[in-house]
Amino acid sequence: MQTQTVLSLNGLTKSFGTVSAVKDVSLDLKQGEVLALLGENGAGKTTLMNMLFGHYLPDQGSVEVSTVDDQMSPLPLGDPQAAITAGIGMVHQHFTLAENLTAFDNITLGAEPIFSFKRHKAKAEKKINDLMQKSGLVAPLDVPISALTVGERQRIEILKALYREARILVLDEPTAVLTPQEADTLFENIRSMTAAGLSVIFISHKLREVLAFSNRIIVLRHGEKVGELATKAADEGKITKLMVGTEASENKRSPAKPGAPVLTLESLCVACPSRRNSLKNVNLCVHASEIVGIAGISGNGQSTLAELVSGMTKPDSGKIILDGAEIEANEPRTMIEAGVGRIPEDRHKDGIIGHMSVAENLVLENCEDPAFQQRSILDWSAIRRRAEALCAQYDVRGPGIDAPAKLLSGGNIQKLILARVFESNPRLILANQPTRGLDMGAASSVAERLLSARENGAGVLLISEDLDELLSLSDRILVMRDGALTETASFERNAIGLLMAGDAA
Amino acid sequence: MIRIEPRTDGARHLTYGIPILSAMIALALAAIPLVLSGAPLGQAYYELFKGVFGSRFAFSEMLTRATPLIFTGLAAAIAFRARLWNIGAEGQLYLGALAAVSVGTGVFDLPAYMLIPLILFSGCFAGALGMAVPAYFKTRFGADEVVTTLLLNFIILIFVQFMLEGPLKDPMGLGWPQSSPILDQGMLPKLMERMRIHWGFVIAIVIALVAQFMLSRSTWGFRLRAVGENASAARHAGIKVRYTLMSAALISGALAGLAGVSEVAGLKGYLTSDLSPGFGYTGIVVAMLAGLSPAGVVVAALFIASVFVGADSMSRAVGVSSYLADLVVSTALLCVLLGGFLARFKVVRVKSARSLQP
Repeated sequence: MQTQTVLSLNGLTKSFGTVSAVKDVSLDLKQGEVLALLGENGAGKTTLMNMLFGHYLPDQGSVEVSTVDDQMSPLPLGDPQAAITAGIGMVHQHFTLAENLTAFDNITLGAEPIFSFKRHKAKAEKKINDLMQKSGLVAPLDVPISALTVGERQRIEILKALYREARILVLDEPTAVLTPQEADTLFENIRSMTAAGLSVIFISHKLREVLAFSNRIIVLRHGEKVGELATKAADEGKITKLMVGTEASENKRSPAKPGAPVLTLESLCVACPSRRNSLKNVNLCVHASEIVGIAGISGNGQSTLAELVSGMTKPDSGKIILDGAEIEANEPRTMIEAGVGRIPEDRHKDGIIGHMSVAENLVLENCEDPAFQQRSILDWSAIRRRAEALCAQYDVRGPGIDAPAKLLSGGNIQKLILARVFESNPRLILANQPTRGLDMGAASSVAERLLSARENGAGVLLISEDLDELLSLSDRILVMRDGALTETASFERNAIGLLMAGDAA
Repeated sequence: MIRIEPRTDGARHLTYGIPILSAMIALALAAIPLVLSGAPLGQAYYELFKGVFGSRFAFSEMLTRATPLIFTGLAAAIAFRARLWNIGAEGQLYLGALAAVSVGTGVFDLPAYMLIPLILFSGCFAGALGMAVPAYFKTRFGADEVVTTLLLNFIILIFVQFMLEGPLKDPMGLGWPQSSPILDQGMLPKLMERMRIHWGFVIAIVIALVAQFMLSRSTWGFRLRAVGENASAARHAGIKVRYTLMSAALISGALAGLAGVSEVAGLKGYLTSDLSPGFGYTGIVVAMLAGLSPAGVVVAALFIASVFVGADSMSRAVGVSSYLADLVVSTALLCVLLGGFLARFKVVRVKSARSLQP
């Protein structure tokens, strides 16, 4: 392996509000090397690469790239065009292709001069064909993207980067959407490209492919670099330990004393456009006074499960039973009336109405309640009185109950939603990523509320990507993978981690 | 390099300031074409003012002109609040007018206290029906209501022309394509003697006040605003989004239909295919100027009616085209849209490539 460094990141740091996404991460990339960036969801992998590519401006740190004559020169930050010019190509997890244009147009799009009458198609076509031959990434050029398979689309994305003379290729979860065979082909192609001098960073959380195809592994956790090792010296156990951490999670729970079943899902199936998000024969039971945690890498069906329990999606087959009664019409209204409190995953999109006031958002689910309306005319003084009381009780801080809810910070928006959910005395609470993006203080108040709901006899279905949170709150943990649930026998991090990655025997 | 950032300080005073300022700017900008056409500027503005406030008759004419604009403005405001872009008030207005002459010209020879409500109700029903179709296609199939409502306008206008040449043609009309006159007892009574202002104006004001109350105080208005501001969260909170959208659509269409009824049964007496000089479209401007508030619609409609009536008298006095009114109205809309943007965002100057940050 050559030792020429082509890229170095020095102390990159980025926080969003009070949440720090990446803390002081440095790394070097050598020419012809395949570097794997490993970590759980939310570990900061994508944020780091977005800083490299100029989508985000780091709060601190710098990036240096080798120029053509092997000198290191600083890369202007926050400027994707500069990154492209410096030879960095990025393939995003969600492709950035224009579906109605042909593959050829997508590759050349933006790389052609604006003020030119001719497109020099023949020349471009020759260049692309050369690239295809050299890299082995073959895909039809003259059909619209919409007619291509996912694997072909990804090849087009990579060709797009190579066409712009990329010397450093960043692949964000390249195999997430591929079949195992497609993935193998992709890595073969990457091998032949690195042999020709290309350097590759790929983001993944699949241990198998990381071990099989990378030269070096860097592990991120909670935005920090927690480990760097040569692949030869690594094994699954070692990496898993780095990924999920070893610190003992604080157990805040009293002993479990589950009551009668509150929610039972019986052989539920939901088909989704994205196959991985579909639910396949899911069985689940949440008892009263019990917190059931759902672990898993995002996009394995958790959001579909949450939509189902919120009443936003109807099952294709199977039964939803709440408090012994089968739910017939699975609508948000029915679920609310059946006593399900829902904390949505995307609190800005589903949780609040930003332009309406805090008080209005607090009665969003129960404006029909006789306490707040007589003959369909709202009693604003009652609504405002309750809002004042709830804001004090749940510590919702902001410019006041008449201010638009969008002016609240993320943590306070979540507290507003908690107030709405817990005030209805729910029998079942669905908490989907309840602490995502929250700072420590807000996150711990969410945890306290969930535990006190459990004390009061509610069942809690907690979906989270944060293993620490699941381990400290849950009475039972189930791992969701590829739309199916597996119950964990133990609360051992490695065992759960392996179930999540799907590499367990 | 400049960057555009959302405002976080929720500038409340801009809610009222911007429409008023926009109206003033639009009026001031009218000076440019006035000067270019060589008209004496001072006298032109004086005539414009006098055309509205110069006499009781002038003022009543302005109110008469404002009446259909209040109806169509309310139609737009209520639909837009639900993010339902009803551009079809013009067509729904004609449907309302068509229904009014269908039942009001002699088919039912009823006393006034029965015939007037019948005419009003038929107009509402026809207008609501006109909006129900595009709203159904939107909620059921996701068809873009901007396209469907806009195109329906032309279909409806041609249908009206067909009816006026055929089944509804006035046999006593000397061959003109117009309907028979509405029976005398079917006409909305005049408000003042020897003036054209009629009870339609009072109905419009009452409906505006009721709409204002319903939007801000009723559970229906609460749900409507929730669906308009964030349909996804509204659905999550158990609000029936389709049902709410449909109710807004029907009310919007009914109000636009009332505009047609009021013009036919309050003013003209019979239907012609040039009944409306674009009241449906101007209603959109009225609603935008009013910031989609029903009470604001009344104020905005009075302003725009003043511009139209004033420009007519200015055009007679100083010999400039009365199309100047259209120019003022359009400029006012542009100013309001730009002002609305400035109220939500602020333009910040920055030095470096930071502008590329999302």
